[in-house]
Amino acid sequence: MPEVKVRKFLVSVEEIHHEGGPPPAVPPKRGLILAVVHNPYAGSWQADIQPLMDDLKPLGLEMARRLLAALGGDPASIEGYGKGSIVGEAGELEHAALWHAPGGYSMREVLGGAKAIVPSTKKVGGPGTRLDIPVTHVNASYVRSHFDSVEAGIPDAPRADEMVLGLVMTTGPRVHARAGGLAVKDIKGEDGLR
Amino acid sequence: MKAKIRKIMTVVDETLTEQGQQVNPPIRRAAAIAVIANPFAGRFQEDLTELIDVGEELGQLLAERAVAALGIDGSKVESYGKAAAVGENGELEHAAAILHPKLGAPFRKVLGKGAALIPSSKKRGGMGVVLDVPLGHKDAAFVRSHFDGMEVRVADAPRANEIVVAVVVTSGGRPLPRVGGLKVAEIKGEDGLR
Repeated sequence: MPEVKVRKFLVSVEEIHHEGGPPPAVPPKRGLILAVVHNPYAGSWQADIQPLMDDLKPLGLEMARRLLAALGGDPASIEGYGKGSIVGEAGELEHAALWHAPGGYSMREVLGGAKAIVPSTKKVGGPGTRLDIPVTHVNASYVRSHFDSVEAGIPDAPRADEMVLGLVMTTGPRVHARAGGLAVKDIKGEDGLR
Repeated sequence: MKAKIRKIMTVVDETLTEQGQQVNPPIRRAAAIAVIANPFAGRFQEDLTELIDVGEELGQLLAERAVAALGIDGSKVESYGKAAAVGENGELEHAAAILHPKLGAPFRKVLGKGAALIPSSKKRGGMGVVLDVPLGHKDAAFVRSHFDGMEVRVADAPRANEIVVAVVVTSGGRPLPRVGGLKVAEIKGEDGLR
């Protein structure tokens, strides 16, 4: 298994005290980790690109662990998640799709038993491209309070032959969530949806 | 605390390779950013003491957060910088009041030392405005390998009546410095310059 070449990591944590309303007792956090990696398929057409999915698994696990550590280290504290990728201009949108399996697998592995699909987004873009990574509840996709997103990007990446891979975890709902819908206390937790 | 904080964000970037060369050890840079209410937004206020005191509070809080995110002892920090972005109802002088009179002393105390001027930048702007935080060696401003800059932004700040305040600390200079000048090994560390 060829080792994925990482040029750079970026980890950011937002701690949200309020947004004009009453501050919650514990400010929710939104954490992001990005890795800038070489895209081995850049610049030419490759029919079989799936080997990279397996190659990305160890990196995905490392990223999920780093991100969890940046948010305090307790898997039980993570309530929302998401993932995304940006492919540099010599690559193809399909390369970004290679992050689906390793990105999702790594967070489920580290969080232990999360049921909901990991929401995702992707694009092709130049250095500094911004990506709005969608976030939903880890056990029930329909929980409305946890629909959120985290804007991600790195000023100098992706270069043409690179990919930016991202994972997001959150420790709570939107800070003043009050738009109704399925609530955390009403989660059945069987199908990952409700 | 005088500062009315809406949000605190930390960002760490870690560079492992550059132009195919290993960066050994990887260079880490950490920013801690506070989004605060601007008490003087929308009016002219002659006496800026309140913001000067806010700067003192944030000097300690943000330095502690940034050093913690960097993951090394404060005494091991090699370079630093600071910056602020004032929302559209504020005045550039508000950024100056936070950054210049009192922020530096508690910032240096967290690091144990810091003979050099803390490089700074400031601007007025809307939400998501980019701050390029200038960086220099903390004990000798002329160390050429450590002249650098870190781009930081908060997607939803500053609102019109807010200020974004950032400090940056690093574990080293540029990834592959080779333009000569004063070296770390040659620092006298007496006057903050050489």
